[in-house]
Amino acid sequence: MSRPSDHFDSPAPAPRSEINQPKLGIVGYLRFFWRQLTSMRVALLLLLLLAIAAVPGSLFPQRAADPNGVVQYFSANPTSAPILDKFQLFDVYTSIWFSAIYLLLFISLIGCVVPRATHHYKALRSRPPRTPVHLERLASFAAYDLPAGETDAAGNPFTPASVVEAARAVLRKSRYRVQLFDGRELSVSAERGYARETGNLVFHIAMIGILIAVGVGGSIGYTGQKVVVVGQAFVNVRSAFDSFNPGRLFTDDFLQPYRLVLNSFSATYEEKNLNAIGEATDYTADMTSYGPDGKGVKQVLKVNYPLEIGGNQIYLLGNGYAPKVTVKDSAGKVVFTDSVPCLPQDANLTSVCIIKVPDAVKQLGMVGFFYPTASNLSTGALASVHPALGNPTLTLRVYQGDLGINKGVPKSVYALNTDGMKEIVGPDVSTHSIDLTPGKTATLPGGNGTITFDNVSPPSTKANDLTKSVPRYVSLDIHSDPTQGWVLFFAICVVAGLLTSLFIPRRRVWVKVIERADGGLRLEYAGLARGEDPGLEAAVADLARRHSRQLGLKLSS
Amino acid sequence: MTAILESYSQLAIYSAMAVYTLAFIAFTLDLAKRTSAVQVVAAVPAVRVGVLTRAGGTATLEREPEVAAPVVPPTPRSSPFERVAFSLTVVAWLLHVAGTVLRGVAAHRVPWANMFEFSLTASAIIVTVFIFVQLWQNLRFLGAYITGFALIVLGVGTVNFYVPVVPLPPALQSYWLVIHVFVATLGTAFFAIAGGLSIAQLMQVRREAGKFAAVKFMATLPTAERLENLAYRVVLVGFVFWTFTLIAGSIWAEHAWGRYWGWDTKEVWTFIIWTIFAGYIHARATRGWRGTRSAWLSLIGFGAVMFNFTIVNLFFKGLHSYSGL
Ligand code: HEM
Repeated sequence: MSRPSDHFDSPAPAPRSEINQPKLGIVGYLRFFWRQLTSMRVALLLLLLLAIAAVPGSLFPQRAADPNGVVQYFSANPTSAPILDKFQLFDVYTSIWFSAIYLLLFISLIGCVVPRATHHYKALRSRPPRTPVHLERLASFAAYDLPAGETDAAGNPFTPASVVEAARAVLRKSRYRVQLFDGRELSVSAERGYARETGNLVFHIAMIGILIAVGVGGSIGYTGQKVVVVGQAFVNVRSAFDSFNPGRLFTDDFLQPYRLVLNSFSATYEEKNLNAIGEATDYTADMTSYGPDGKGVKQVLKVNYPLEIGGNQIYLLGNGYAPKVTVKDSAGKVVFTDSVPCLPQDANLTSVCIIKVPDAVKQLGMVGFFYPTASNLSTGALASVHPALGNPTLTLRVYQGDLGINKGVPKSVYALNTDGMKEIVGPDVSTHSIDLTPGKTATLPGGNGTITFDNVSPPSTKANDLTKSVPRYVSLDIHSDPTQGWVLFFAICVVAGLLTSLFIPRRRVWVKVIERADGGLRLEYAGLARGEDPGLEAAVADLARRHSRQLGLKLSS
Repeated sequence: MTAILESYSQLAIYSAMAVYTLAFIAFTLDLAKRTSAVQVVAAVPAVRVGVLTRAGGTATLEREPEVAAPVVPPTPRSSPFERVAFSLTVVAWLLHVAGTVLRGVAAHRVPWANMFEFSLTASAIIVTVFIFVQLWQNLRFLGAYITGFALIVLGVGTVNFYVPVVPLPPALQSYWLVIHVFVATLGTAFFAIAGGLSIAQLMQVRREAGKFAAVKFMATLPTAERLENLAYRVVLVGFVFWTFTLIAGSIWAEHAWGRYWGWDTKEVWTFIIWTIFAGYIHARATRGWRGTRSAWLSLIGFGAVMFNFTIVNLFFKGLHSYSGL
């Protein structure tokens, strides 16, 4: 069978005497380890080990899936986190130990599959094996006596040849591969269900295929993120991404030229169901894409429905508000004007906004809260009570000093380091807070000019309608995974192989005709399962029934 | 309208729970009753030989009278308790399905978008599979296990996970929700039944070794080897569904989050479960791992399925935050 020697169907190993073991040379040891590695037992242990090794990745935050979680874990557990990190518990699925397990498993898999595949290839081209001498020793066996002198429908007496020929016809019709043997007795040997082994091999080979396709995809693909405010565009060049994670073998040549403009974004919130007021029910981004030919194509982007452009998939992953803010210096000159994407903190889109004004005479940094529908809590604090623009309000703390961005060290746009700065608006100084609604302007203390929360409503809007006063933004995930189709292909092979290998029985059956001393015939039927085959008994009984029918006999018991 | 349908749904579910309780009691009584009906297992005859004779115009194949009849595993006649218990289970199941469907109608979508609905649907499918699997094999001795299990799931679901009908968030608006979750539930149902069979197998092994003689009803159950074979075949079906769940989930993840695999906690656990059951299938083909060891693997696998559904949904952080709580 060329299955591993500890496979259940393989013959039991001969007992070995420990004392007389010959000394193993290096080759002997290598062969020994290879035999161990490609045994069923080790494959099983590696599978179980892989399952266990995957567990910690769900207990600790993982850098790849949840980088912020890792940062939080480090600040919450400053002593244990570095130790855990040593054991790569924040990068479980790329860790040395996890990789070692699955690589060993796949080496074992290859070592197991290759000999089986060659063996199966030969089996596919060979005839069914010789009929065993003692059929009655097999698990499924039945025998019938045909008394001398019986004739078939045409009145001819039955002969071993005619009976065996009938058996061959029956087996052929049931898609058995058959072979006649004329030894001491005439018999037919038949085998079916080669597809079981084929399916099993397809399954295991497709697993290797998935691993390779995933590996290749990871090294030539990339993922990137980009925040786009309504009216703005994304251009597919590396510098345009907010963050970009290329595979090891990625080069910029892989980026195809296109441009994507966000025309508008709409979010729909539940208004009727009292249990779910304000819950989002739909996000839709209307976009126009421009390929190298410069022609614009309208596109609709929704959650669960990515766009396909230039070999990329583009996903709508998040959205929020980007209040437009203008800062003028004391001379009335504009030193900053932009829409600032704010990070949502809760379901009602209370958002944190970081505003950096590097071009002011003295650099300014601001930390703001934006509330789409601001409402005073009983504690006096503000909170947003609905994610749509009901009562948009921006509150700000302002710092003055060095933003720390001139040193060329890249800084997150979503964080403000206030170490080298002085608070000029905030709870610790005389001006506690600046609160703005769209269209309003406030004076910055200390002669730092003014700040305006711009109302971007279209000109025709009524004065008290603020529903379009603040621009929205979307955060896009932009991926290139060239082997994705291959992964899917192999996954389909996995299922197809699994179905064939698990539900097609592989069995051998034999029909033997023995001439008895009294001139009668004895018909023997026997079956042998190869692998799991709960229906063998029934199949042998069925064969006897169909054979007798073929002979013109009726079976009654 | 939604509120009215929802209250009907809840009424049906509570009624189903009441009837399941009765069914559970009847199944338990049936097991207790079986103690008295222990019978001897027929010996295996050596060789069967029939004879062909002419009868009228047609030659007829007849078995020689002195040869023993083919070995059929003894199927004890079902007790009245069992019949009542099974009928009650069917009644409870109808109410259960009605309640689950009404919940879906009230919500205008499939009733498996949060933990509460998932409890309703998953337990309904487990009982469905249990009822229909009887057409293939008489597994009614698992009735107490299955109805007890359904009761616990429904009880925890209605008491701890209940949420009123709310619309689907955009991330769940996908036909993959329908396919992926439904197939996962089907797989779970088969793993649950296999779990019951494996428990029975482990008990039977102990009884056959003479250690468990007190539990007499075990003698009326199939042999350990037969239970193992049944469990194996049920796991295979579950494993195929689970493989499909894994693939469908990846495709959905690709549509929703832009990557088909990201080791999100829920993905991790789905993978772990798949690997454990792949191990189980291997164990069955590995010398020295058949029998008790592989039965434990089946139970560990089902334990992981339950862990994935409860602890992972409720306490683990990840993208799959759809418990609705
Ligand atoms: C990535 C790791 C592996 C996975 C996920 C896996 C999974 C499976 C599954 C699901 C089956 C049952 C379905 C079928 O028959 O096609 C199976 C069967 C089998 N596997 Fe694997 N396998 C792995 C590695 C290996 C290795 C390394 C070996 C060799 C040592 C091996 C040998 C076998 C054999 C011989 C069978 C047939 C079992 C039987 O006769 O019933 N597998 N495997």
